[in-house]
Amino acid sequence: MEEKMERNNEVLILENISATYDSGEARLPVLKDISLRLKKGEFAALLGPSGSGKSTLLKIAAGLIRPDRGRVLLNGQESTGRVQKVGYMPQQDLLFPWKTLLENAALPLLAAGMAKKEASSRVRELLPIFGLEGFARYYPHQLSGGMRQRAALLRTVLIESSLLLLDEPFAALDAITRENLQEWLLSVLERFHRSVLFVTHSIDEAIYLADRVYLISERPGRIVLEQPIELPRPRSRGIITTAPFLSYKALLMKSLQSKD
Amino acid sequence: MKKWANTAKRSLPGALAVLAVLLLWEALCRVADVAVSKLPPPSAVILSLYHNASLLAEHSRATLAAVAAGLSLSVLVALALAVFMDRHSWLKQALYPLLIISQTIPIIALAPLFLIWFGLGLTSKIVVVALVCFFPMAINLVEGLEQVDPETINLLKVMQAGPAMIFRSAQLPAVLPYFFSGLKIAATYSVMGAVIGEWLAARWGLGVFMLRSMRSYQTANTFAAILVVVVLSLLLFKLTELAAWLAMPWHRHKSVYPEE
Repeated sequence: MEEKMERNNEVLILENISATYDSGEARLPVLKDISLRLKKGEFAALLGPSGSGKSTLLKIAAGLIRPDRGRVLLNGQESTGRVQKVGYMPQQDLLFPWKTLLENAALPLLAAGMAKKEASSRVRELLPIFGLEGFARYYPHQLSGGMRQRAALLRTVLIESSLLLLDEPFAALDAITRENLQEWLLSVLERFHRSVLFVTHSIDEAIYLADRVYLISERPGRIVLEQPIELPRPRSRGIITTAPFLSYKALLMKSLQSKD
Repeated sequence: MKKWANTAKRSLPGALAVLAVLLLWEALCRVADVAVSKLPPPSAVILSLYHNASLLAEHSRATLAAVAAGLSLSVLVALALAVFMDRHSWLKQALYPLLIISQTIPIIALAPLFLIWFGLGLTSKIVVVALVCFFPMAINLVEGLEQVDPETINLLKVMQAGPAMIFRSAQLPAVLPYFFSGLKIAATYSVMGAVIGEWLAARWGLGVFMLRSMRSYQTANTFAAILVVVVLSLLLFKLTELAAWLAMPWHRHKSVYPEE
């Protein structure tokens, strides 16, 4: 009974996931025996060096890739290797250059069968929250990097799913824009109540955003540390200089260096 | 207004060069007293153009009909083939070499066979045009479909978009620039293809007019027909550019944030 309760409370479960990448010449092990449970409303960060298979793990969670071993459970249902309706946001913003901001953001609604007019007004309602008011008719190349990222996030949030899979959404941005967007993301999540699996290679970003950090090793990626982050919310930018933040940072840095 | 002035400025050297060649040609014919049946001066060509205007218009209409039919046929077949080749990699591997071989066969040598296969009518002409246009279309479309970022397709799959929506939203627009660069080449070749077709056997068309003029040593008329072919080809080229401009509005807008 208790076990069942717990399962219902978990949006995403990854069980003993192992994956290899077939480069044509050799099969490289990418992920090794990864297990994690994402609770409802939880923000989990996958922290690790580049090439540790973090992006592959997100694709496996979305069902875009079938792992060699292991299971994926989404809202208690097995979904291994079957594409699921989840808020997946790939590494580049991937806004379609031939669609305006409005048309890009409306895509998930149209895919769900909503009428064009209704989808447009839904998107327009949300534009101010995403700091994009007045830019509906702009094409992606006319927007700044930060705006594109916010537009991509708006599109991702409009995919009707309780789960967000975000693959280094702020990695390509300059430091100042990135920090602003981190704060903004937290405020947006307070409104939308989603569970988030967030890939990053920035220790600060992981601690600042997440309730729980999974430290992933270099290839083949394994979870070397699961660290709950017990910092109060809402978090302001100032938190990154406080003692608890810095002790988490020291701990994660040490673990990153000592492994492999 | 400024844009027009710039365009005029840029095309000025080209126009002057053409004018210089024409003047030189005219002078040469007059000074060396070349027989009009050997090399008519530009003035004679223009005169012939004037005298045969209605006849040339009639022949042009026949040629353009073959061009329109052949070009459309080649676009449709190339599009269907490219989509199939993109969906099934084994089909691409099988057909790609054949495609290239098909282009190396001299159409002039093959064309008499078309008479046997398709008869004296319009069909032979259309087939020649289609064959000439098919290769640039097919190669460009296959290449364009190869360039589509698989992550964009993943993104749409995660939104649970069907194959039709994926083709419409991600693949087709991504291929349009390739489509139009293929079409530019195909359109310019197409008139030449029709003329070759008409040399073989036809009752109407610029090729027919050329042959008749040549056989009766009315070289000025031949040149007039050549001039019409050149102008028609250029017009088709410009028309394709216009179509590309209309079909890809996102290429027209300048970036607001030029730093990216």
